[in-house]
Amino acid sequence: MPESFTKSMARNIYIGGSVFFILFFLGLTYHTEKVLPERDNRVNINEQVALGKHIWEVNNCIGCHTLLGEGAYYAPELGNVYQRRGGEFIKAWMKAMPTNAPGRRQMPNFNLDENQLDALVEFLKWTGEINTSNWPPNIEG
Amino acid sequence: MNALYKFQSQRVAKPYFIAAIGLFVGQILFGVILGLQYVIGDFLFPYIPFNVARMVHTNLLIVWLLFGFMGAAYYIVPEESQRDLPSPKFALLLFWVFLIAGALTILGYLFVPYSRLAELTGNNLLPTMGREFLEQPLWTKLGIVIVALGFLYNIGLTVLAGRKTVVNVVLLTGLIGLAVMFLFAFYNPDNLVKDKFYWWWVVHLWVEGVWELILGSILAYVMIKTTGIDREIIDKWLYLIIAMALITGIIGTGHHYYWIGAPGYWLWLGSIFSALEPLPFFFMTMFALTMVNQRRRDHPNKATVLWACGSAVMAFLGAGVWGFMHTLAPVNYYTHGTQITAAHGHMAFYGAYVMIVLAIISYAMPILRGRGEANSPAAQKVEMTSFWLMTISMVVITLFLTAAGVRQVWLQRVSETPMAFMAVQEKLQMIYWGREVFGIVFMIGLILYVGSFFVADKRNQV
Repeated sequence: MPESFTKSMARNIYIGGSVFFILFFLGLTYHTEKVLPERDNRVNINEQVALGKHIWEVNNCIGCHTLLGEGAYYAPELGNVYQRRGGEFIKAWMKAMPTNAPGRRQMPNFNLDENQLDALVEFLKWTGEINTSNWPPNIEG
Repeated sequence: MNALYKFQSQRVAKPYFIAAIGLFVGQILFGVILGLQYVIGDFLFPYIPFNVARMVHTNLLIVWLLFGFMGAAYYIVPEESQRDLPSPKFALLLFWVFLIAGALTILGYLFVPYSRLAELTGNNLLPTMGREFLEQPLWTKLGIVIVALGFLYNIGLTVLAGRKTVVNVVLLTGLIGLAVMFLFAFYNPDNLVKDKFYWWWVVHLWVEGVWELILGSILAYVMIKTTGIDREIIDKWLYLIIAMALITGIIGTGHHYYWIGAPGYWLWLGSIFSALEPLPFFFMTMFALTMVNQRRRDHPNKATVLWACGSAVMAFLGAGVWGFMHTLAPVNYYTHGTQITAAHGHMAFYGAYVMIVLAIISYAMPILRGRGEANSPAAQKVEMTSFWLMTISMVVITLFLTAAGVRQVWLQRVSETPMAFMAVQEKLQMIYWGREVFGIVFMIGLILYVGSFFVADKRNQV
C-alpha cells in the first residue's frame, strides 16, 4: 500500500462510508415499507393465513423445504406449490406421509387436523400470490 | 511457571475454546448424517428426520462460532487494553449458562417433536421459532441476549477503561453489532415478506456485515503477533478491509431481496453492491500474504500462520468468488435456492469463520496451556495435516455441490421441459455420494485436529 495513503484516511473511509451506507439502507427500507403493500399481497392476510404461517413455523417446514427459495434444499419449493398441485393434493399428501418407501427421502406425518391443514393451504396459496418479480422461472419451483 | 499471557483474566478464554471445538465435532457429525440422508433418504428416519439433523448442524455451527468469538475477545481484549476484565468470574458463569442453554436446546431438538417444543417454551406468547437458523426456543433466544449483554459488559468496560487499539475498537464494534442485529430475531410478523425482509437483518448483516469486523480484527491481531509488523501498517489494512466490507455489504443485503416480494430496484442495488462484496476478502488475502511475506520475525507457531493465511484465502474463494458466481440478479433468478447456494455457504463459512476461530485457538491455546509460544513441532505437524485434510475436503465438497447445483439448475430451471424437484435429485445421487465421501474425510481431519491437542509436549519432559 502506498505511504501517501495514511491510516487516518483509511479510518475516515471506514467511518464515513459506513455511516453513509447505513443511512442509505435505512432510507431504502423506509421506501420499501411504503411500497410493499402493492407487492406483498397483504390485503389477503386473514386469520387463516396467519394460523397457516404459524403451523408452517412450529413444524419446522423450512428445515427441508424452500419457501420463495429460502430454506433447506432437501425437498421441493413450496412458494408455488398451491399453483403446482392445488389445495386438495397438498392435504392428501400430508395425510399420506410418511411413505416408508425404502431408501426414499421421508417426510414425517405432522398429525394436523382438518382445520390446521386448511390454514396451511391458505398460507401457501397466499404466499403464491406475492409479487416475486416472476420467480421461480417455472412451475417446478 | 512464566505464563506468556500477561493478564490472569485472559484464562477465561480457555473453556470457551474447548467448548467451541467440542461443538464443532458435533456439528460435523450431524453434517455427515445429513450428507448420508441425501443419498439414503430414510437413514435414521423417523428417529432423526432431516429437518432436525439440519437444525442441529446449523445451530451448532452458530453456537460454536459464538463461543469462538467470545473466547477470542476474552483473550485479545485484556492484552490489547493492558488491563484485566472487571469480572472474570462473571465471564465463567456466562460460559456455563451459554453451554447449558445450548446443550438443552440441542437435546430439545433431538428428543422433543418441534411443535411440542414450541408449545412448551412459550412460542405462542411470542412466536419466533421455525425460521431458518433462528429455530431456537424463546428461552434460548433470551438466554443469548443475556449472555451477549453480560459479555459486552465485561469486554466493553475493559476496552473503555484501557488502551484503545484499533483491533480492540473494531472487535468491540463488531460484537456490539452482532448483539444489536440479533434483536431482529424477535420480530416475526404474520406478513411473510416483512418477516423475511428483517430476518436478513440478522442473517446477512451478521455474516456479510458485522461478523466481518470480528474476522478482520482477529486476523489483524494474529498478524501483529506472528509477523512482528508495525501496528500502524496493520491498522491501515484493517480499516480498509472493514470499510470495504460495510460499504459493499450493507446495500449488498439487496441480493436477498430479489425474489421475496421486495420492490424491483433491489435487483439493481443488490447486484451492483454485492458484486463488489469480494473486495474486502480480496484485500484480506492481500493483507495476510503481504504481512507474512514482509514479516520481521519467524514465529515458532507455524500452524497459526497457516490457519490465518488459509482463512483469508478460503474466505476470498468461498465468500468472494463463490458468492459472486450467483449474486447477479439474472443469474440468481436461476440459481436461487439450489445446491449452488449450499456450495457457497459451506466454503464461505469454513473459510471466513471456522478457520479464523481455529487460527486464534491455534495461537492462544499453547500459551494458555503453558506450552510457550507454540506447541512442539510434532503437535504442529499433526495440526497442519488436519488443516490440509479439512481444507482440501471442503474444497472438494464445494466442487461437488457446485456440480450438483449446475445440473439441478439446468434440469429444473433452464430446460424447456423442466423436471420435477425429486426427479432431478435422483439424477444427482452420484454427486451426493462424492460429497459424502469427502464429508467423512473432513471428519477424519477434524479427529486429527482434536488429536493434535493430545500430542505430548516432549520439550517439557527434559
